[in-house]
Amino acid sequence: MKIPRTGALLLALVPFIAICFSVPLWDRVYPLVLGLPFNLFWLIGWIPLTSLCLWGAYRLQDRRSGKGASE
Amino acid sequence: MKPSMIALAVIFGIVLLGAIIGICSGRRRQMDLEQWTVAGRGFGVIFVWLLMAGEVYTTFAFLGASGWAYSRGGPTLYIIAYLTLAYVISFFILPEIWEAGRKFTLHTESDFFQQRYGSKSLASLVAIVGVIFIIPYLQLQLTGLGIIVEVASLHAISRPLAMLIAFVIVAGFVFSSGIRAVAWVSVLKDSLMLIAAFSIGIGIPYHYFGGIRPMFKTLTQAKAAHLTMPGSTSNLGHPWYISTVLLTAFGFYMWPHAFGSVFTAKSGDTLRRNAVIMPLYTITLPLLFFVGFTAILVLPGLKNGDLALLTLVSQTFPPWFLGVVGGAGALTAMVPAAILILSAATLFAKNFFRPVFKPAMKDEDVAKLAKVMVVVITGIALYFAIYSSTTLVGLLLLAYAGIAQFFPGVVCGLYWKRVTTAGVFAGIIAGVGTAMLLVLSKHDPFIGLNAGFVALCLNVLVTVVASVLTPAQQDGFNQPGSRAAASAVAISS
Repeated sequence: MKIPRTGALLLALVPFIAICFSVPLWDRVYPLVLGLPFNLFWLIGWIPLTSLCLWGAYRLQDRRSGKGASE
Repeated sequence: MKPSMIALAVIFGIVLLGAIIGICSGRRRQMDLEQWTVAGRGFGVIFVWLLMAGEVYTTFAFLGASGWAYSRGGPTLYIIAYLTLAYVISFFILPEIWEAGRKFTLHTESDFFQQRYGSKSLASLVAIVGVIFIIPYLQLQLTGLGIIVEVASLHAISRPLAMLIAFVIVAGFVFSSGIRAVAWVSVLKDSLMLIAAFSIGIGIPYHYFGGIRPMFKTLTQAKAAHLTMPGSTSNLGHPWYISTVLLTAFGFYMWPHAFGSVFTAKSGDTLRRNAVIMPLYTITLPLLFFVGFTAILVLPGLKNGDLALLTLVSQTFPPWFLGVVGGAGALTAMVPAAILILSAATLFAKNFFRPVFKPAMKDEDVAKLAKVMVVVITGIALYFAIYSSTTLVGLLLLAYAGIAQFFPGVVCGLYWKRVTTAGVFAGIIAGVGTAMLLVLSKHDPFIGLNAGFVALCLNVLVTVVASVLTPAQQDGFNQPGSRAAASAVAISS
């Protein structure tokens, strides 16, 4: 129960790389996408993608707790 | 009727409606300490979501984000990034914190440290540091309220008077009903906030430029450099962005009020599911950025960026709509302010005053002292709000530099058996000390990095080294819980 699954942790790492550490790669105005500066578009796009990553992590967690763990 | 009277009447009506909802929702229950602070631990996904969204989307997002988009530009993007990432971290640590909370009947962050490390002095340190850094966050909310009433009254009501009115309303609100009221008023607050964010985020660029796309086209031609980092600042570049995002994402659930809201949940699974959907609420933030960006073109040269959103709204829309936006803004300040006050007052009474000065104090007396502290703490924040002039984002970053220093103690407490009381104590002192030294001596950012983040790194180092150098100690979460039956199930897993 205590230490989270590796798969869940890897999924959680994805948004950290995409919207934090890789900032020099996407912090630019052009190309404008849907009328938005590229950096703003990139971050907005990663909001639902982050939810998706967490949903994946939740499914992994779920599968494990199905095998007789608590809750 | 004068335009300012219409706007003020609408704002007042909305605030009154919020207050009535708050008072009614708390009336029928007996308010003991458990009900007042954690609502009997019965909140499901929807209520937890409301409560957490209620405390996250504060006047900081409403006025501060648009203000920074206006005055700083690119660096403002950190706000979207840190909120999103904070939920990623919460997915892992909140269910564990909740588990400990249920097993040992914890109410506050300080209780958590007390149980895990078995040290009264560490728990008192956490309580008092928490209370100290809640004050600038509370000051931020009162300043925001002051700005709203001042602009909506077309400067007829002065800001100190506006803040005084806000102080009375918020304190009364907290007295009447505790945490449950806050969750209910959040419903009104969030609906209004969504309406306001969408209508001004889309409406204002449309009104002046015919849409968001043409607005950005004009802005990129006029001031492209404003939109990337470091924007209109000299020192907020990419290293600052990364370090600030990490600091604030780690610090997010270290806020005593956010930490405390974990205990209102019904189960750990509630919190995990909540973490999955929380990032989606961040979608409203870019809309507020759009308003700040439009203001650069339409209203250049404002001295205080925090005024940009409301000034633009008052120039664009009829007074009644300024009232709706102002009312939504007022609630986004009041609801979080109420939660902040409630947490700070409980922390002070239960986790600082009682253990340090009067161990024999009964729970009812603690609740009484907490109510006195509501007035004292709000009064201090009011004093600072009237007499200082930092920007809203500046206040938040100062507060985060301090509050994030709890992170190593919480995470090591959950996952590292070898951590010791001495290590965590030394780490917090080193972290808070370094952060305040750097911020107050104006060395933030420090060598391009967020000063709070530099302090946090030092904190981690000190915690680890001091823990290894001191003898191992027992993990307080491994003891049989105060709810023995429930804990037996948890241990068996």
